[in-house]
Amino acid sequence: MRGPVSELPLVFEAVCYAVGGTQILRSLDLTIAPGAPSAIIGPNGSGKTTLLRMAMGLLAPTSGRVTWGGQTDPAPRRRAILFQRPVMLRRTAAGNIAYALRQAGCPSARVAGRVEELLAQAGLSGLASRPARRLSGGEQQRLALARALARDPELLLLDEPTANLDPAATRAVEDIVRIAAQSGVKILMASHDLGQVRRLAGDVRFMSAGAMHESAPAAEFFQSAKSPEAQAFLRGDIVT
Amino acid sequence: MLESASAFHLILSGDPTLFAIVRLSLAVSLSAVLLAALVGLPLGGLLALTRFPGRDAVVVLINAFMGLPPVVVGLTVFLLLSRSGPLGSFGLLFTPTAMVIAQAVLITPIIAALTRQTVEDLWSEYRDEMNAMGVGPAQRLATLLYDARFSLVTAMLAGFGRAAAEVGAVMIVGGNIEGFTRTMTTAIALETSKGDLPLAMGLGAILLTLILLINSAAWGVRAIGERQAG
Ligand SMILES: Nc1ncnc2c1ncn2[C@@H]1O[C@H](COP(=O)(O)OP(=O)(O)OP(=O)(O)O)[C@@H](O)[C@H]1O
Ligand SMILES: [Mg+2]
Repeated sequence: MRGPVSELPLVFEAVCYAVGGTQILRSLDLTIAPGAPSAIIGPNGSGKTTLLRMAMGLLAPTSGRVTWGGQTDPAPRRRAILFQRPVMLRRTAAGNIAYALRQAGCPSARVAGRVEELLAQAGLSGLASRPARRLSGGEQQRLALARALARDPELLLLDEPTANLDPAATRAVEDIVRIAAQSGVKILMASHDLGQVRRLAGDVRFMSAGAMHESAPAAEFFQSAKSPEAQAFLRGDIVT
Repeated sequence: MLESASAFHLILSGDPTLFAIVRLSLAVSLSAVLLAALVGLPLGGLLALTRFPGRDAVVVLINAFMGLPPVVVGLTVFLLLSRSGPLGSFGLLFTPTAMVIAQAVLITPIIAALTRQTVEDLWSEYRDEMNAMGVGPAQRLATLLYDARFSLVTAMLAGFGRAAAEVGAVMIVGGNIEGFTRTMTTAIALETSKGDLPLAMGLGAILLTLILLINSAAWGVRAIGERQAG
């Protein structure tokens, strides 16, 4: 399942997505190249989750085109996603990670060792044999992140990775993300936590109502957003 | 009072005829559950995961077949296995094998229908994560059956209960031959009609006890397993 082909750049060209007559993504262009984490921000319902699912290859555009490293085949090679609401398999914490490893083609002899490393990285070593679905929300979130990293991704998609987490758990997740980014994993994350976006992201993509309005380096975006929609969003006005 | 005292006595004295009947009943019904599970688990799982024209009709049909009348199944299997039937050359009619086949036919729809529902529910929960992990179709079915295993035990128990309790199908294809195809239910029917109520009641008590024991054991396995796997 590991091709020599790269997942990057991830490119959306004039992508539209409609469900039953409702336009969810409107002629959206996006290029995600290797580098510091990219953040997608925008109000509720603006289409961030839809965009990430499409970037994962789980949804096909109604029109337009998505390519990964120039390829149109949507089968996930070296990409992974942390869903807004992750679902744990009915297995232990270690079992969840082992499953992801095996699916990603990790040789059986290496599975146990990798499971330990990933659990340790997520700060879950003590919970290896606990049923995953009985872990707390924050523990499940970290486990889901470890499970995504088990795919050894080149492109990691994160959908609100720290919504519902307390400050300590948020820090723990951000640390894992930062380390992954430093080791060369390209991260594309949707977040409502603007502080987090400032802390982690190199560039920001702002979308509302299914359209991409602005794309800028993070510092520049927060200092002087250009589009009226982004300015209103940053002021805390209601934007649709 | 007198009857139940005698039934008790028969059980406690370990009557060999009684023992043989109990053993045959268990062997037939458990084999039927195994056979039905071999067909019903993959069938139900595939039905849950595939979409094809006419799928809804197949689902409704299998759901309806959960209520197949045992005598109708018995009659059908009888016609298939009788000397002039298409499978007559195997000489299976009036053997325990014929009884296993009839009971398996009776309960395959139960196991398939409950498996379909269980796997479909779990799939709607797992779909995104499994697609994101690049899980292929064969692996998908295996994973869902494995992760649903504790619920599927209940489906198999439902099948076992139905098989162990029915009398119509085994009577028709087994013939209730003493020492060969006589089961607890056919013996109860026979002894009751002959007026030997003590034996009938003894067998009835044993049948209920066995079904209770098997269900308790399965419940225990499920409880332990769920505590470990979540
Ligand atoms: N399958 C679907 N059918 C109909 N409408 C959908 C479907 N999927 C998404 N939508 C709609 O598309 C819009 C965008 O949804 P999406 O989940 O992508 O938003 P989001 O930006 O992630 O929002 P949030 O910040 O609340 O997570 C919403 O209005 C949603 O109701
Ligand atoms: Mg969302």
